[in-house]
Amino acid sequence: MADEIKQEAPKNFKVTIDNITIEVTPGTSILNAARQIGGDVTPPAMCYYSSLKGSGGKCRSCLVEVSAGSAADPRPMPKLVASCRTNVMDGMVIKNMTSDRVKDARAGVVEFLLLNHPLDCPVCDQAGECHLQDLGYEHGKEGTRYEFKRRTFEKEDIGPYIQLHMNRCILCYRCTFVADQITNQRVHGVLDRGDHSEISTYISKAIDNDFSGNMIDVCPVGALTDKTFRFKNRVWFTKPVDAHRDCDKCCGKVTLWNRGDDVLRVTSRKNEWGEVQQFDGKPGWICNECRFDKKHINDWTIEGPTQISRHSVISQGHYLGLQKPKETVAEVMGGRSPKLLMDIHDISDVNTVDLSALPGPATGANFEKKEQQ
Amino acid sequence: MQLTQRSKQVDRKPMTWLESLYLWNIAKGMAITMSHFFKRKPTIQYPEQTRTFSKVFRGLHVLNRDAEGRENCTACGLCAVACPAEAITMEAAERQPGEENLYREEKYAAKYEINMLRCIFCGLCEEACPKDAIYLSQTFAPANYGRKGFIYKKTDLLIPHPLKDPEAYQKALGEKEARN
Repeated sequence: MADEIKQEAPKNFKVTIDNITIEVTPGTSILNAARQIGGDVTPPAMCYYSSLKGSGGKCRSCLVEVSAGSAADPRPMPKLVASCRTNVMDGMVIKNMTSDRVKDARAGVVEFLLLNHPLDCPVCDQAGECHLQDLGYEHGKEGTRYEFKRRTFEKEDIGPYIQLHMNRCILCYRCTFVADQITNQRVHGVLDRGDHSEISTYISKAIDNDFSGNMIDVCPVGALTDKTFRFKNRVWFTKPVDAHRDCDKCCGKVTLWNRGDDVLRVTSRKNEWGEVQQFDGKPGWICNECRFDKKHINDWTIEGPTQISRHSVISQGHYLGLQKPKETVAEVMGGRSPKLLMDIHDISDVNTVDLSALPGPATGANFEKKEQQ
Repeated sequence: MQLTQRSKQVDRKPMTWLESLYLWNIAKGMAITMSHFFKRKPTIQYPEQTRTFSKVFRGLHVLNRDAEGRENCTACGLCAVACPAEAITMEAAERQPGEENLYREEKYAAKYEINMLRCIFCGLCEEACPKDAIYLSQTFAPANYGRKGFIYKKTDLLIPHPLKDPEAYQKALGEKEARN
């Protein structure tokens, strides 16, 4: 045994995930190895976030089956393991999509996560980019079998920029890691235990750190949402474009979510796993000034439309490669523009209120005021 | 060559004098015409008379309220995204304290418009709606002199209040049962 320990560890570990073999450096977790392969092989992750140290191991949605522990000890692991917290061994054989046990267990995990999660996707601003929604639909758990009263919380105000919906929280702890690792001081955390546990600021202290807005981006569900975007539009009707500005606090590289030329929302740039992109080896967190205060198109330098997976509902707008057709009527008619039988903008009541200028969600009063004018 | 079993051999003999008077053929034709005087009329006198529609008829849209008269619509945008004609637009607002008797959820449609010129009455909005808020009733969009009149706003679409005006509510509901 002692000799074996002295032997130098192999440079790279060979692991097989769903019959695809890949070489990864020792110390890589199964989840990250699967992400290097990409595609359907990758287990979903609700709580693990690669840029946040210590995250993972809480939601259990990344469970995989290890059918051979390593080349030295090829016995299978008796239970499914959480792939975000389990490191690979040389010669490990892992089953994710190919294992019925995994699919079954994951469907169960989704149902557990949805036990107390309200099915209010029509109201929730996260709908359309919600990882729990995707996970639920992937496993055919969009309905619920739960007949009892769901866990509910008193509404709590945690500041002017962030809306907390504790009912929707799945206790992934990502936001507390953000506060711990990115902002200077953490003023919120998980209170109470078990079924009563909730994310809260102690004595409702407002969160006013410069980077607190990143909690919105890391939240896998709609528990933490942007108050400046609240109810302004559905995600899939907005157009994501990459943009940047010179910011002395953050990298300034963001995604703008536009409606026409109105900037409705600013988020950090996400990669294919829904996590914040890395720039120069550092995660591209953005500061609150960029996120909440720069809501004008002239504040930003537009780089181009964001690449969105075509399986996402956000891509339904077909904004990529969009070209406006040339107006030929005026040319043919000698400079006269065509006479319209009806201009929809004269009649329609929609798009009369500048939503991007409002600091919070629109209320009935905003629309009434417009009507009186 | 005979193509089908039903083909008849055409009689090309020249008509006799009696046949060229067409008396018998006229009498035969008149008999067919007269017989229709005593049959049931297939036409109706629209608009005084109207036909009953089938239960699955898709007519003018109605924005539904629940039994307490609160608006069902939460402006989730699923009808707009399902609409193949892109006829539906909306803007959402947050429900304020004191408006709980007006709107069922914390978000509601402050503006809701259907462009009836674009609408093809396919009913996909009704199918997409998770809140039973929109359905297609059994009336059609009335004629109008201007195109303007076909931009239906929330006031045109909203069903009458079930408690304040139960008769009009029942009428607007038509044959469909309230499902909420």
